[in-house]
Amino acid sequence: MPPIASVCRGLLSRHQQVSDDVSDVALQLASITKRFGRVAALSSAAFLARRGTVHALLGENGAGKTTLMRIAFGMLRPDSGSISVNGVGQSFASPADAIDAGIGMVHQHFTLVPAMTVTENIALGGRGIFRPTRTRDAISALAEKTGLAIDPDARIEDLSAGAQQRVEILKALARDTRILILDEPTAVLTPLEARELLRKTRELISDGRTAILITHKIRDALEFADDITVLRRGTTVWTGSASNATEAGLVSAMLGGESALDDSDAHSGAIVSNGAVVMSLRNVSVRDEIDVERLSSVTLSIHAGEIVGIAAVEGNGQRELLRVLAGRVGATVGEVTIPPVVGFIPEDRQRDALIRDFTVRDNVALLGAGARNGVMPWSDIRADARELLHDYDVRASGDTVRAGTLSGGNQQKLVVGREIEGSHTALVAENPSRGLDVQAAAAIRVRIRAARTAGMAVVIYSPDLDEVLALADRVVVLCAGKASEAPMEYEAIGRAMLGLSGR
Amino acid sequence: MTETLAFVMDMLVHATPLIVAGLAVAIAFRAGIWNIGADGQLIAGATAAAWIGVSTSTEIGWLALPLALIAGAIAGGAWAAIAAWLRSRFGVLEVISTIMLNFIAIYGVSYLVRGPLQEPTHVYPQTSSIVTGAHMPTLVAGTRLHWGFVIALVLAVTAWWVMRYSAAGFRIRASGANPFAARSAGLINVSRVTSVAFIVSGAIAGIAGAIEVSGVTFALYENISPGYGYTAIAVALLAGLNPLGVIGTGILFGALETAAGTMQRNIGVPATTASVIEAVVILAVIAVAQLRVHRATSVA
Repeated sequence: MPPIASVCRGLLSRHQQVSDDVSDVALQLASITKRFGRVAALSSAAFLARRGTVHALLGENGAGKTTLMRIAFGMLRPDSGSISVNGVGQSFASPADAIDAGIGMVHQHFTLVPAMTVTENIALGGRGIFRPTRTRDAISALAEKTGLAIDPDARIEDLSAGAQQRVEILKALARDTRILILDEPTAVLTPLEARELLRKTRELISDGRTAILITHKIRDALEFADDITVLRRGTTVWTGSASNATEAGLVSAMLGGESALDDSDAHSGAIVSNGAVVMSLRNVSVRDEIDVERLSSVTLSIHAGEIVGIAAVEGNGQRELLRVLAGRVGATVGEVTIPPVVGFIPEDRQRDALIRDFTVRDNVALLGAGARNGVMPWSDIRADARELLHDYDVRASGDTVRAGTLSGGNQQKLVVGREIEGSHTALVAENPSRGLDVQAAAAIRVRIRAARTAGMAVVIYSPDLDEVLALADRVVVLCAGKASEAPMEYEAIGRAMLGLSGR
Repeated sequence: MTETLAFVMDMLVHATPLIVAGLAVAIAFRAGIWNIGADGQLIAGATAAAWIGVSTSTEIGWLALPLALIAGAIAGGAWAAIAAWLRSRFGVLEVISTIMLNFIAIYGVSYLVRGPLQEPTHVYPQTSSIVTGAHMPTLVAGTRLHWGFVIALVLAVTAWWVMRYSAAGFRIRASGANPFAARSAGLINVSRVTSVAFIVSGAIAGIAGAIEVSGVTFALYENISPGYGYTAIAVALLAGLNPLGVIGTGILFGALETAAGTMQRNIGVPATTASVIEAVVILAVIAVAQLRVHRATSVA
C-alpha cells in the first residue's frame, strides 16, 4: 500500500520533527510485531503519543488496537520492537512494571468485584497494608480533583455502568498514572454517559497526563482527540492531528482504501445472476433474548449463482441475519424461505463448526447428525471424508487424525468443504478468512467463488470491506439492523455502514 | 484352588454393580453431563426392585425378576429425570442437584425401612426378603456369582455398540464434546439429547441397584450401597469413558474391595488400605490426563 504507507511515514517523521524535544513524547511504540501462532496480530506497528494530549487509536475489530496497547501495558511481550516512556526505553515483564512507569489501563470489560465497595475495589491489587479510612480519603480527594464524582462507600453492584466506568478510571489513576489507556470505554455506556466520560477524559489531561483512547468510533475520535492513529490489519496506516483528519479519510484508512487482496481473480467482474430465488426474507425482525431488536424488518432475496456480500460494522445485526439465512436462528417476526439444508460457515469455527477432539471423519459425520436415524453409515462417511480431504486440498495425514491438530487454514477448508458438499444449493459464510494467513484465506475465497459458479446462492459477511468487495456480486449494508442495497463503491458502502448516508 | 476360585467369584460379584454403575457414569460424562448421582439412582433402583420383590404375589413366579429389574430402571431414570429437568428448566448444575438427590435417596431408604417397607416384626430396619421368583439365578453353582454379572457384560457391549455405531450415540458424543458445534454444524437438539442421555444413565444405575437386591442382598436396608455410585465415577474415568473398558476397571475395583476383606481377615492389613489404593489410582489417572492436556496445549 505505497500511498498510505508513505503518508504514514511522512506524518511520523513530522511528529518527530514537532517533538524533537524528547520530553514532549509520553509513549512511543516503534515497529512492534506480535504473532499468535501463525497469525500476525501486529506487524511493524508504530505509535506515538505526545504528552498532555488525548490520542485516539482507531481501527476495525481485529485491527490490533487492543493488542498494541496490551503490549504498552506489559500484558503481552512483543516479538520485536521497542517501547519507550518519556523518552526512556522500557521492557515490561508484567503490568506491574508498566504501572511503575506511570501507565494505567482501563479494560474493555469491567474488572470490578460487584459485592465490594468502591474503596475496596480500588485498594485491590495495591501493596502493603489496607487502611480503609486513608484509602477512602485519598479516593475522595482524587475524585474531586479529577471531577470523576463517586461515592467511595457505594457497592459496585449498586452503581450504573457510567459510574462503574468512573471507578475503573479512578482505579487506574490511583497509582500516580501519567499515561492512561482506555480500551473502548464507551462501549457499555449510554450515549449521554459516553459523552460525559469523553469530556472528563479531556479534563484529565489538563495537568500533563496523556490519555490514549482505543475506539472504532470515528466521530468520537474527531471530536475528543488531539491526535489520531489508525491501525489496519496490525499495521499503522495513518497518524496525524485530528484537525487534519476527515471522516471520509479515516473511513478509508480504517477499511482499506485499495484492495490488498492478492488472489488473481479478485475482480473478475461481478456476475448479475438471473437464477431462481433460493433464499428470501420478507419483513424479518429478530429480537435477542433480552428483547433488543437486532434485525429490523429486513427484506432480501438471494439468487442461485450469486454472491451477496454483507457489509456492516460489528454489532449491527449481521450475526443474526446470517443465522436466520442459515436456518440456525428463527425470525421473531416475518417470513423466511430457505432450502432445507443451508451450508453454514460460522465465524468461530473451533467453537461452532468443529469438534476438535473428534477425528476428521467424525467431523464430516456431524453434517446432518441431528436428523439421522439408526446406524451410522461409517463406511460411506469414511469415503466421503477421504474424498473431501482430497477435493478441498485439506492437508491432513488421514481422516482419523483429530481435527484440532490441523492448522487453522486446513480446519477451515474442512468446514468449507463439508458445508458446500452438504448443501449444493445455499451457503452462508461468516468472516470465512478469520485468523487465516494470506494464502489460506485466498484458497477459501477460491472455494466460495467456485460454489457460486456451480450455481449455489452464497451470502458472505466479512469485517474487511476489501474482502466483501472482492467476493460479492452485490452488496447489502446493515446498519442498526436495517438492510439497504449499496452500490459496489468503497466510499458509498463505508458511509452507509456508519449510517452516514443521509448526510 | 477352590479358595482362588471363590475369590475370583467374589471379585466378580463385587464388580457387577461397579460395572453397571460405571456404564451409567460413562454415558452421562460422554454426553457432557456430570452425573455424580449414580449412587442415588442406584439406591432408587434398589428400592423399587425391593418393593416389587416383597409386594408381588408368589404366583407370578420368575416374572418377578424382570419386573424388579424394569422397576429398578424406571426408578433410577426417574431419579435422574429430576436433575435433568432442573437442569434444562432452571439451569441448575447437575453436579449439585445429583449430590443432593443422593442424600435424599439415602435418607429416603432410612425412612422406608423403618416405616412403610419395614419387615413385619418391626425389629430390624430392613424389608422382608424378596420372593424367590425375584432372585437372580446363580451362574456358577456353589458360588455367589449370579446372572447379574452376565447382564452387566451385555449392557457394556450394548452401550459400546450404541455409542460407537448408532446415530443416537454419535449425537450423545458430539453434544458432550462440543455442544455449540453439535447444535450449529450438526443441527442436533443438544438439550434433548443430553436430557435423554442423563435419564438413560440414571436408568442403568437403577438396574445396578435392582441387580444388587435380586442377586446379593435379597432385601432392602440402609447402606445398601457402600458408595458404589462414587466408585463408579473412578471406574468410568479410569476406563476413559469407554464402555468396554469399564468391564476391566470394574473388575479391578471389585478385586481391590474383595481383597481388602481377605487381607484384613488373613493377615490383619486394614481394609481401608484398599480405599487408599483406589484414591491413589484415581489421582494418578487425573494427573496423567492433565499432563496430556498440558502437553497438547503447550505444543499448539
